[in-house]
Amino acid sequence: MITKEDVEHIGWLARIDISEQETVEYMEKLNSVLGYFGQLDELQTEDVAPTYHVAEIYNVFRDDMVKDCLPQEVVLANTEHKQDGTFRVPKIG
Amino acid sequence: MAKWMSVAQVKERIKESSAEEVTAHYLENIGKSKINGYITVSEKALDQAKKIDSEGHNGILAGVPIAIKDNISVVGLPNSCGSRILEGYVPPFNAHVIEKLLAAGAVILGKTNMDEFAMGSSTETSYYGPTANPWDLERVPGGSSGGSAAVVAAGEAPLALGSDTGGSVRCPAAFCGVVGLKPTYGAVSRYGVVAYANSLEQIGPLANNVTDIAILMDVIAGYDRRDSTSIDSKTEYQKALVEDIKGLKIGIPKEFFGEGIHPDVEKAVWNAIHKYEDFGASLEEVSMPNIKYALASYYIIAMSEASSNLARFDGTRYGFRESGENWHAMVSKTRAEGFGTEVKRRILLGTYALSAGYHDKYYLKALKVRTLVKQDFDRALSKVDVLMAPTMPNPAFKIGEKIEDPLTLYLSDVNTCPINLAGVPSISVPCGFTEGLPIGLQIMGKPFDESAVLRAAYTFEQNTDYHTKRPQEVA
Repeated sequence: MITKEDVEHIGWLARIDISEQETVEYMEKLNSVLGYFGQLDELQTEDVAPTYHVAEIYNVFRDDMVKDCLPQEVVLANTEHKQDGTFRVPKIG
Repeated sequence: MAKWMSVAQVKERIKESSAEEVTAHYLENIGKSKINGYITVSEKALDQAKKIDSEGHNGILAGVPIAIKDNISVVGLPNSCGSRILEGYVPPFNAHVIEKLLAAGAVILGKTNMDEFAMGSSTETSYYGPTANPWDLERVPGGSSGGSAAVVAAGEAPLALGSDTGGSVRCPAAFCGVVGLKPTYGAVSRYGVVAYANSLEQIGPLANNVTDIAILMDVIAGYDRRDSTSIDSKTEYQKALVEDIKGLKIGIPKEFFGEGIHPDVEKAVWNAIHKYEDFGASLEEVSMPNIKYALASYYIIAMSEASSNLARFDGTRYGFRESGENWHAMVSKTRAEGFGTEVKRRILLGTYALSAGYHDKYYLKALKVRTLVKQDFDRALSKVDVLMAPTMPNPAFKIGEKIEDPLTLYLSDVNTCPINLAGVPSISVPCGFTEGLPIGLQIMGKPFDESAVLRAAYTFEQNTDYHTKRPQEVA
């Protein structure tokens, strides 16, 4: 079962601010879903290989060629937070 | 001009009048809408139609209007994914399917409403408010491509594109009484669709009839180097439109008719299946014992992939941004304010399922169960040509009825999400009504055998009139 501390920890891992009140709400709802997920424990799967995706293709390669790409100003057009051709963000720590 | 038109009828009207007039007709219908199906209506649609008129009507969809789910990138139109976090974001590139549609002459009417980041079965989690079901405005249209299905059902577009991660094309198709196809995984390029759970999702068409689904598939399917899971099956979809299913072997997986299924849904689907018998198909009960574990496996995988995919929405490069004293605070506040509750729930659960100590218990376990589910499909489809079952166990529910309890809402995907785990094609076609609400028949096929699925769907449609019924609420 997920505890309040777990919710706070995964909130930090996922970079989502969670208020004190929300922590309790999330804990209840997440535990109800995790309880449902627990039914998978009924299945013996030691000898079963995992399926990550079903397309029967592996290692798709292409030539390392320079192709057309979006101009810098177009890429920067979706934010006001920019400076000297870069995205501007607050300092990390 | 008729409110509801097939592609053939639209093309006929364009020949008689113009693409401009046809587009204006749909824009007028959208203007009078009662359903909130569109998030953005394109201001360029009329100009695009005029241009097609002036250039001569080249291309198999020349002048044919289409609505696009708001998670598929169209240059110049906002792409919100139904979320606040993408507020103001306008994609600088077209999705592969949009390039194909524009090359075929289609006119983009606008972007349709959806559950936030395609996470939901009711279109209620959109930042832009819920979409109403055209058959009963107090009910949900299904989801997550609820806007796309509802605008087709309401005569606000003859065609639409949605995306289907766990049923998001087929569920709203069933609830709105239209046709919706989830193609085989890899058949349609995902380049330009905003990823929710990459290993499960496909872009899929919605229309008022099976023929139009095939026409649209012929345009959008095919190889694209920008999607590394893209496969060229060289299927000619319209060639599958043959009214003959003599000798077709139909499998009935009893696990899809489980507890909680609405009796009228069960009856309508069995009536449809018996019709196939009359047309010369044979029936066989098949057992898929791991289907009951598909829902849990699906949700663990979808949430895990979502937690990784949605990490890119951090306020840095586009969309909504909150201020914060440092980068972590800025991102954490942006995501707290920018995402809705259900999206945050799924990111948190996915993060948990992938975190140290729980990865093997949840994520790896779910991937192994996925193998068992896929083996169930392989086994069943080695004996029969197609499988048939209800698309949804119940008709459309009331807006607000299930939104408070996530698990109840998840359970409504019980018959659609196994298909995405296995990657097989599946279509939902109208097969009846209960108390004025449409019911969907789901037809599943072998990987890249959309032809069998479409042939079965087409034959049913040619011999029934469910697809011709229109919702009086919006007539």
